[in-house]
Amino acid sequence: MTGIAGHGPVGGHGFTVPVLQLGDVLLVTLQGELHDGMAEQLQQDITARISHSRVTGVVIDISGVEIVDSFLGRVLAEIAAGAKLLAARTVLAGMRPAVAITLVELGLTLPGLWTALDVERAMELLGVTTRRGEGSP
Amino acid sequence: MMQASRHAGPASLPIGSDADLAWVRQQVRQAAAELGFGLVQQTKLVTAASELARNTLVHGGGGHVQITPLDAGSSRGLRLAFVDTGPGIRDLDQALTDGYTSGGGLGLGLSGAKRLVQEFEVDSRPGEGTTVTVTAWATVVPPSRTVP
Repeated sequence: MTGIAGHGPVGGHGFTVPVLQLGDVLLVTLQGELHDGMAEQLQQDITARISHSRVTGVVIDISGVEIVDSFLGRVLAEIAAGAKLLAARTVLAGMRPAVAITLVELGLTLPGLWTALDVERAMELLGVTTRRGEGSP
Repeated sequence: MMQASRHAGPASLPIGSDADLAWVRQQVRQAAAELGFGLVQQTKLVTAASELARNTLVHGGGGHVQITPLDAGSSRGLRLAFVDTGPGIRDLDQALTDGYTSGGGLGLGLSGAKRLVQEFEVDSRPGEGTTVTVTAWATVVPPSRTVP
């Protein structure tokens, strides 16, 4: 029998989303199954953290996320919109190719969200260079 | 065919909470993978399932999904029937329009899910409930030439 509830869902109760502060940037790592309620909680947590810690950028790493549906897409867009009102920029990093293809077909292209192929590039986009010596022009 | 579908009986999963949505996604992915769906096909079907299961939960007040593997000779597919006994959809054309929402979402659930699968059918009766049935087929990759 498939479908025995109780031995499966990662990200059930007690699952937490790691949020790290690196200088002026919050790094949020989403992984596996994110329940709707957790996604909404995350939105509140991030917004509160931006306000308290006065970060200027947020990187959301979704390289470990297998699907983004319209609910999670809306939450991500709202996190970015809220961050913007608090003077922080949001970059979505590491979207899987299959997720990108699916989102386009779903009709959810997330305008207004900055994207980067990985966390390092996202950091660079936010001006957090890994100190390679390049300066501003 | 050698792959007699041992694992492939129909399964019914309840949809009554957030956690059930996650469980439905996992089970649909597993079933699609077992049937030979490619990664993009799996992702599309799981995403469609997530949209429809959420509709069942939010608009239908909960229900269940019937997962049925299909074997049509050369191709294999997966049929998902989302069943609720909620209020039904009053105006189906409107509900299938991009951007129309009755529930505070983006209004892409039903119309988006339709684009992600090959077959899509809605049976809704006011006051009795809604059943949305979708089917996706694994794209058959021609078998590679047999190596001597």
